[in-house]
Amino acid sequence: MTDTDVEYDETVDARGAACPGPLMDLIGKMRDVDSGTVVRLQSDNDQSLTDVPEWVDEAGNDLLAVEEGDEHNEFYVEKA
Amino acid sequence: MTEHIVVVGGGTGGTVLANDLADRLDAEIDAGDVRVTLINDDPDHVYKPVWLYVPFGQRKPADGRRPLADLVDDRVDLRIDRVTEIDTDAKRLRLQGSPRSVGYDYLALATGSTLAPEEVPGLAEGGHNFYSESGATELREELLSFTEGTLVLSVVGTPHMCPAAPLEFVFMADSWFRERGLREDVDVVYTYPIQRVHGNPHIAEWARPLMDERDIRVETFFNAESVDPEAQTLTSMEGTEVDYDLLVDIPPHSGVDLIEEAGLGDGWVDVDRHTLEAEAAEDVYALGDTADTGVPNAGSVAHYQAGVVGQRLASEVRGRPLTATYDGKTLCFIETGMDAASFVEFDYEHPPSPAPPSEKLHWSKLAYNESYWLTARGLL
Repeated sequence: MTDTDVEYDETVDARGAACPGPLMDLIGKMRDVDSGTVVRLQSDNDQSLTDVPEWVDEAGNDLLAVEEGDEHNEFYVEKA
Repeated sequence: MTEHIVVVGGGTGGTVLANDLADRLDAEIDAGDVRVTLINDDPDHVYKPVWLYVPFGQRKPADGRRPLADLVDDRVDLRIDRVTEIDTDAKRLRLQGSPRSVGYDYLALATGSTLAPEEVPGLAEGGHNFYSESGATELREELLSFTEGTLVLSVVGTPHMCPAAPLEFVFMADSWFRERGLREDVDVVYTYPIQRVHGNPHIAEWARPLMDERDIRVETFFNAESVDPEAQTLTSMEGTEVDYDLLVDIPPHSGVDLIEEAGLGDGWVDVDRHTLEAEAAEDVYALGDTADTGVPNAGSVAHYQAGVVGQRLASEVRGRPLTATYDGKTLCFIETGMDAASFVEFDYEHPPSPAPPSEKLHWSKLAYNESYWLTARGLL
């Protein structure tokens, strides 16, 4: 379970996907949403803990929070 | 009562499964207790790995195409038609070419991937790909007249068929231009959406030094957003731009609408990654690209999964416990030039460890390609 105060507009459930699936699912969603939209990515792939922050930084978006849980992690990304 | 098993899709997964069932259930089929039907919308079976060699003039598309009727066991009812609707409640399929629907007791979906270049503006007009027969043939003509300039291989969509193929293409192109004395006049550029050159970190770690040694320029974090065919530029959503004289792309892939309309997934069937059973319906399996398992979209995956689904279906009709499971096994040869290749083997628990490239592995890959038809027949 995870717990955060961050409000989000969209969710990408990439649990069960192998790398780089979660990040690519996030990128696909970010293509479709407007600036200012907050997307929650759910991933149980540990590689996402490095892949997602690095891509978010490279693409100029904002990583608002990363909530690490027992079963999966949640990433909250705001489109710049 | 006869149990009817219907397999949809005559690619590697569907064809191997239909032949596996014909062999495994031969006594039940001969006794009239089981019927196996394979439905495909093309009378031919296509072995897509041949397309990688077409642009370099080493194979013809026809080398990868054979009539399904020649490959499928006589015990299987082969129907050439397109499935237009799946009703998993009524356990019936609608077909394009027949007013009568087809009922099933067990359904296996192996509908594969389709290409979706239209998702990126300008890509269909500006790029070439070797992920279709026509694309591979057109790319061969482009390459033959390409003697100088910048060749860009851009991985636009992931997941895509054969995750090793983009690496293979640039290694083969590098080797091909060197052999022709043109390499100094040709820049080879490779773009990939994330921060390494392949989705699997172990393969990326192995491939990157080879690319650096061969002066293959790498642009990572490059998610192609649009192509300008006039200006010959490719722009990424990260804000970078790459100029090209010849663009070879790995286009976005999608599943088939049929899956989504049936409520089984978003083009790919949501399955238990070990049993390959659909999560949203009873008595439905998916395999190969169609099954959303997270493993590579590769022929070896479809091959191994067909064996698992075949065993499970045989147990189902015999009323025995279902024990066969898929462990993520994947085998893949990776061409590293025109006369050398590597090899990887991995599963859900064990990561790949690419073998040192050798001529022996290259010939092993070519030998397997020739003997693939035995795989399709269920013999290898």
